[in-house]
Amino acid sequence: MSYFSDIYNGVKTLLIGMSVTGKYFLTSRKGAITQQYPDNRETLKMFDRFRGEVIMPHDENNEHRCTGCQKCEIACPNGTIEIIWDRKINEETGKKKKVIDKFVYHLGLCTMCGLCIDVCPTDAIEWGQNFENSVFDRTYLTRVLNTPGSKLQPGVED
Amino acid sequence: MNIPLNITKTIHDWLFSIMPEGAASIVEMFIIALVYLGIFTVIGLFLVFLERRVSAWFQLRIGPNRVGYQGILQSLADALKLLSKELTGTVKADKFLYNLAPYFVIISALMALAVIPFTKEFHAFDINIGIFFLIAISSIGVIGILLGGWSSNNKFALIGAMRSGVQTISYELSIGLSLLTMILITGSLQLSEIVEVQKNGWLIVQGHIPAIIAFMIFMISGTAETNRAPFDMAEAESELGAGFHTEYSGMKFAYFFLAEFINMFIIAAIAATVFFGAWLSPFGITESLPWLGIFWFLGKTLSLVFLMMWFRWTFPRLRVDQLLTLEWKYLLPINLVNIIIMALIVWLNLTITF
Amino acid sequence: MEQRTTIDKSFKSEPYQINMGPQHPATHGVLNLLLTIDGEIIQKVEPDLGYIHRSIEKMCERDSYQQIVHLTDRMDYLSSNINNEAVCLVVENALELEVPERVKVIRTIIGELTRISSHCLWWGIMGMDVGALTTFFYGFRDRELINDIFEETCGARLTMNYNVPGGLMLDIHPNFIKRVKKFIVHFKTKIPEYDKLLTENIIFQKRTKGIGILTKEDAISFGASGPVARASGYSCDVRKYHPYSALDKVTFNEALRTEGDTFARYKVRIQELWESLSIVEQLIDNIPEGEHRVKTNAVIKLPKGEYYQKVETARGELGVYVISTGTKSPYRLKFRSPGFSNLSLLSHIAKGGKIGDLVAIMATIDLVIPDIDR
Repeated sequence: MSYFSDIYNGVKTLLIGMSVTGKYFLTSRKGAITQQYPDNRETLKMFDRFRGEVIMPHDENNEHRCTGCQKCEIACPNGTIEIIWDRKINEETGKKKKVIDKFVYHLGLCTMCGLCIDVCPTDAIEWGQNFENSVFDRTYLTRVLNTPGSKLQPGVED
Repeated sequence: MNIPLNITKTIHDWLFSIMPEGAASIVEMFIIALVYLGIFTVIGLFLVFLERRVSAWFQLRIGPNRVGYQGILQSLADALKLLSKELTGTVKADKFLYNLAPYFVIISALMALAVIPFTKEFHAFDINIGIFFLIAISSIGVIGILLGGWSSNNKFALIGAMRSGVQTISYELSIGLSLLTMILITGSLQLSEIVEVQKNGWLIVQGHIPAIIAFMIFMISGTAETNRAPFDMAEAESELGAGFHTEYSGMKFAYFFLAEFINMFIIAAIAATVFFGAWLSPFGITESLPWLGIFWFLGKTLSLVFLMMWFRWTFPRLRVDQLLTLEWKYLLPINLVNIIIMALIVWLNLTITF
Repeated sequence: MEQRTTIDKSFKSEPYQINMGPQHPATHGVLNLLLTIDGEIIQKVEPDLGYIHRSIEKMCERDSYQQIVHLTDRMDYLSSNINNEAVCLVVENALELEVPERVKVIRTIIGELTRISSHCLWWGIMGMDVGALTTFFYGFRDRELINDIFEETCGARLTMNYNVPGGLMLDIHPNFIKRVKKFIVHFKTKIPEYDKLLTENIIFQKRTKGIGILTKEDAISFGASGPVARASGYSCDVRKYHPYSALDKVTFNEALRTEGDTFARYKVRIQELWESLSIVEQLIDNIPEGEHRVKTNAVIKLPKGEYYQKVETARGELGVYVISTGTKSPYRLKFRSPGFSNLSLLSHIAKGGKIGDLVAIMATIDLVIPDIDR
């Protein structure tokens, strides 16, 4: 007798399964969970904590907040950050001071672990929400984060 | 030249009026071949597109919608891409059989298409053993699969081909027997006569309970016959990679791929013809406009194709031994009993006719 | 005579070998299985590892303790937050650092959400491996919601690196609680759908019941852990026996079954979805106020000695064993990964089955290859 109950149960469970997919088929117009990516570029917005790339914000006077303490360079597990610095004489006080020349960021090496941003004492670097990082040549992935001629914001070191 | 070929009666008569009989037959054959090649390509490409779109809707996706209106030309673009691709192959492959295999598959599909009654007039090859011819031709395709799997010198392909062989030999029985059940009512193997009988009600109504059982068995074994999920043993991408066509690329792969979809169409078309009255409209509502038959036929066939797609995108795959268990322990005995029931019903005149 | 023997030989059936992987859809990554098959019946399975070995343990000997955490993301990437937690716990235990309650609760919530997301992916893949492709998308639909929660709070979807020794990198996002509650409501309607679509399906049951049976004795002697061992009746949930973080404050049942077959492993994971959901539900309203982080030294130096901490990842028991000589990085760090021991029993339970069975068994063992190779 189990032969016939097997057939009955089998057909029943198969029909239940088909009802699930059939329901989604009928509501497919509004139910699509995929996005049509390049078309929705304008409306596509990442969360504000999204880790896309490390950026160094500059204010309107082309001034950043990096003192060149190199804590991020030490914290980075992959050698992603290289800070090229120099000692320059401050004109006001006349003392020699560490000034960054170039803040080099190798995006190709970065694992987005966030340790550099976590460790930065002056909040000089933060996460950018850009996620379209593909380039044709990997040399483009090596970036200099401070803009040419930028200076340290006054008051950061105090 | 006594082959019962005709595209439509008007063209047939016109050709025979301007030419000697022999030449007219040959010209007609060429025309028919060209027309059917066209149908073959259009249907194949359309079904590929439909499958992708339908599967996307089942899976909460959008599906191809870029090429042409709503992506309708997507499969054409894919076919062009496949045409331009390099034909690769394994070094130690049996070159002759390896190249021959796709043609077996595609020619058997094309031949089966010739006996499908699209409408009363548009029915190229109306032979008196129509159903028998269809069953015979549809099992030739498996030779192509076996050859392709064996000759490409790949173990995965070989396993896939052997599974396909086992599967097709088994399920051929069920297809034949379930169609035989219906032939008990019609008393003829000729497809045009089968359709003619259904003017008194579609066979699934005429034969009621045993006809419904036969229809279910036919759809199950038809799905198995076309190597589609849940019976896609021969391809089984999570087990065998791509199965028998692992080593095929470019247009040779496309032949296998197109043939699979055409076979699906053929199975659905047979089911529509035998169970749902082919081009007949329900209750004869459009009997005065015979050319509307093509829409009824395609409508019925595509609904059955949709049913097969629904199966594919819902069910898990059977294992190869369960596949055989299903056939030999369930479908075949039920089928044999079903034939006896149908014979009794026909004998006692219990069929429902209008 | 010579010719005769060759003819005899050529008609003898013999087993053949076939390479499943490293590029094969069912191996879920770069695992190579050398199968010895007689027709369709599997006689031997030899896993061949090393295709994705990145020497994480060696890299740990170079890095500071804060840096080690982000490497563990890349081991079992589907339960990355739980891996992070394991390293943080071992460092905190060694330093005898008491982290705030808030941190413990948030760690547990995110850990359990990670488990749900991992099991969602597994469910989709499980369906796909037995041939039902649609399950993949349904599983991913629910997983995306969890990933969105993670992205909003942690900044990344998969390799989050949210834990640091001493607490959490950032406090939770203001939307976190709202989103998690919404997810719980959503997911409670979806698990029954999973059951309807796959669990109750006759074909699926035939494919999985009585396949790949692992006895309790074998589970213990092979060192199996997680759902694989629990399906064989071996009660081994680290969350129950050695509760860490806030897991001692919640009540939940350990998903246990005794059959030990593929279907039992499947059911255990489905039950774990419910259990994890109930843990999250218990904790989400009771996140205590407080600091999200305790200040540690910039350079963490563990006292000389050996430390061990185990946690329950989505795949089983992850152990972190640290030998410290008092310097800024460990002298030796060993991960006891659940996938490796679970893989070792594959050959044992797949023997005698068909190729289709092997695929189903592998799906329920839930292999993550980077976890096995490290």
